[in-house]
Amino acid sequence: MKRKHVLIYVILLLLGTNMWASTITVCSTCSIKTIKEAIAQAADFDTILIKKGTYNEFNIRIDKPLTLIGEDQPIIDGEEQGEIIQIAANNVTIDGLHIKNVGTSYTSDYAAIRVIRSEDFVIQNVKLERLFFGIYLERSKNGKVLNNTIIGDAKDEYNSGNGIQLWHSQHIMVANNSVQQVRDGIYLEFSDFITIENNYSANNLRYGLHFMFSNDDIYEGNTFESNGAGVAVMFSKRINMHGNTFKNNWGTASFGLLLKEINDAEISGNTFEENTVGISIEGSNRIVYKNNDFIRNGWAIKVRGACYTNTITRNNFLFNSFDLAYNSNLNDNVFEENYWSDYTGYDLDRNGIGDIPYRPVKLFSYIVNRTPETIILLRSLFMDIIDFSEKVSPVFTPDNLVDAKPLMKRIK
Amino acid sequence: MIQVENLYKKFGKNPVLTGLNLSIHSGNIFAVLGPNGSGKTTLIKAVLGMVIPDKGSISVMDTRIKNQWKYRQQINYLPQIANFPGNLRVKELIEMIKDIRQMPSDEEQLIARFGLEPFLDKKLSNLSGGTKQKVNIVLTFMFDCPLVILDEPTNGLDPLALIRLKELIFEEKGKGKTFLITSHIMQFVEEVSDEVVYLLEGKIYFKGSISALKTKTNQTNFEHAIAAISTP
Amino acid sequence: MIKILKYSFYDLMRSRWSYVYFLFYLLLGFVLLFLNNELSKAVITLMNVIIVLVPLIGTIFGVMYFYNSKEFTELLLAQPIKRSSIFFGQYLGVAGSLTMSLVLGLGIPFALYGLFESNAIWDFSLLLITGAFLTMIFTALAFNIALSNENKIKGFGYAVLVWLFLAVIYDGLFLMSLIVFEKYPLDNFSLIATMFNPIDLSRTLILLKLDISALLGYTGAIFKQFFGTNLGLMISIVMLTLWTVIPVWRLGYKSKRKDF
Repeated sequence: MKRKHVLIYVILLLLGTNMWASTITVCSTCSIKTIKEAIAQAADFDTILIKKGTYNEFNIRIDKPLTLIGEDQPIIDGEEQGEIIQIAANNVTIDGLHIKNVGTSYTSDYAAIRVIRSEDFVIQNVKLERLFFGIYLERSKNGKVLNNTIIGDAKDEYNSGNGIQLWHSQHIMVANNSVQQVRDGIYLEFSDFITIENNYSANNLRYGLHFMFSNDDIYEGNTFESNGAGVAVMFSKRINMHGNTFKNNWGTASFGLLLKEINDAEISGNTFEENTVGISIEGSNRIVYKNNDFIRNGWAIKVRGACYTNTITRNNFLFNSFDLAYNSNLNDNVFEENYWSDYTGYDLDRNGIGDIPYRPVKLFSYIVNRTPETIILLRSLFMDIIDFSEKVSPVFTPDNLVDAKPLMKRIK
Repeated sequence: MIQVENLYKKFGKNPVLTGLNLSIHSGNIFAVLGPNGSGKTTLIKAVLGMVIPDKGSISVMDTRIKNQWKYRQQINYLPQIANFPGNLRVKELIEMIKDIRQMPSDEEQLIARFGLEPFLDKKLSNLSGGTKQKVNIVLTFMFDCPLVILDEPTNGLDPLALIRLKELIFEEKGKGKTFLITSHIMQFVEEVSDEVVYLLEGKIYFKGSISALKTKTNQTNFEHAIAAISTP
Repeated sequence: MIKILKYSFYDLMRSRWSYVYFLFYLLLGFVLLFLNNELSKAVITLMNVIIVLVPLIGTIFGVMYFYNSKEFTELLLAQPIKRSSIFFGQYLGVAGSLTMSLVLGLGIPFALYGLFESNAIWDFSLLLITGAFLTMIFTALAFNIALSNENKIKGFGYAVLVWLFLAVIYDGLFLMSLIVFEKYPLDNFSLIATMFNPIDLSRTLILLKLDISALLGYTGAIFKQFFGTNLGLMISIVMLTLWTVIPVWRLGYKSKRKDF
């Protein structure tokens, strides 16, 4: 009997909350004209429908579970006063807003949408413009950031913010967003179990995607194009990088992917195209590079500092100015069964594997390392002659740095 | 017709012409004579603008020739050694020169005169020296110009062709043309020339008619007269 | 001048060497494309051919033609034609026929391969333009050398030496000076040194297309301005034009003062 009572009570409660959850409409001609007012009046689990129009508001604090839906992309103009929306409750959804003019400050990181210590939030279909920080997740969990468009106007690193920033957050899905012209497109610090999928991050001042002290994250299917540098993965563990495209990241210290102090990662199925450096590796061990395409990069892979027990296998190295730069006389990494477009050997036994090993490090790449101006002699006959003599009898390049089984045909 | 004043020319350290003065009037045949290396060809080439003098001036028909080229329209020149582009046919060569000169020409009459018809479709590299010289003569005489310069025209010619050449020279002289000829064949010179110019050590040593030369050297034979004048 | 050009060109078209040259390029194009089946690789190999072989062929062909057409030249000199016209005409005849062999010889296989639908067309056109420039430059240098040397063997020797110097030795000296003076800022020096060698200049022009991502890895601001903007392309083309015009001008100047 008592059990039955409880059940009925629970059902009534559920029905009740559902029945009582109402929709509050905000528009310039409605009785409720501002979003703040609507939030103040709303009960938990209410929906606030924001009609088309411009709302000049900032410091909108959402402190109860609410759904904010914009109809026809209403504009919230912060007039550069400070932060615009703060979420400080679980189960908040924000959908279809157009937020602009976030305040810039040198002392606090104003964001267009900030999530603080909250769970189960969804931020989707939001458009951000003229921002400082875009979406800032702080000590939050189990949220989703989907289909947002962030277009900043950052000019200098010191007074610009990141597009999507995760700090001490876990189990977040960041997918199908487009982030352009901010400092870092997506930035993760102390954030674990994050999935970053199918985003487009381009023209950002610093990095397209940046990991610091974050573990067990996955990013796949993203495109990083024309950023200061593509993706930087630093001091992090077990990051899975799969099927991404790193393109046109040009510049002095630019690269498609930077690995710094990274152990035990897998990098597979990615495309590195026309970057100054495809992958720059520093102090990273036990990493498997597999099935990647390196196309027309300045350097496909640049190895600096101590890197041990890495395996580079079944990749395509196509028309890179240099396939590999290596600044040590020791080699503990394995190169095997890659396709190198520069390979000139033959395959007499017709097993698809070249009969003579390929040496991916050219003498010229050493010379350029030492005297960078010599890059201007790239592809000159003199250099070809020197490289050829080094190939015949290696003096400067590590003796065992070879691909003993170079493939004759490109891996499809 | 031609005025040469104070002409100097050195090849390297070797002076060839040293202050040469010469004046040639129209309507006569002049023979330029002199020992080997006396500067005959250099003089002719200077008149043609092929050799650039170090000093002095040359006028042809009252125009200074320095840096000029149009006056060559008034000159027909027969070079000493008949060097032609080997892979051309005789006919093509004649057509080419006609195309370049853009003047009325009567090559057919000349071809007939020297019996060149069978050679018209032959390549120049396959011709004998004499036949080449005949082609050379055709190319020289086919245009109607007031001044004709012949450098060793008798080279390699057979007696019949030589007779034809002499006939041709006299015919053209009859039309009032001026000739400047060099030759080592004294008999030929004696037959055709009205006046001789004798070059020695880069200067004019003698200029006058053949009879005047004979008188001067007390010789009756022209060849001996020339020999006498060259041994001072 | 046009007439001389016509006859020189006509003369060359009848010589077997133009065909050898043309067939060589035709064969090279076909082999590269149809045995390799990779357009980018073909373009890179072609670049090596163009910056090494085209100058060599231009040089040898130029010297050879100049000496072989001595008779033709002498014949023309007595004709009422301006001297410079004779030499410019012959020069343009040789350079023109070589350029034509190059462009047609490589163009035909690439066109058959379907280049016009590919985006490698720009790289390829740049290669051909560079090849044309190098042909003109080295033919002009060869004519200059031949004009200043009556002795055939000497002329040939000097011409091949000039090629060897510009194609290989120059870069060796260049590299050594860069390494010796590596403590000093060198980007200005290296760009200027590039300007003084038409082969390096052409190579740079092609690098701008093929290896821009590597070139932009270098720190120097001048490099960045040169390679990162259209400035590099423009300066290179202007310099290549100068490299063509100056030897041609000298050819005209020297020919006016030469005795024949």
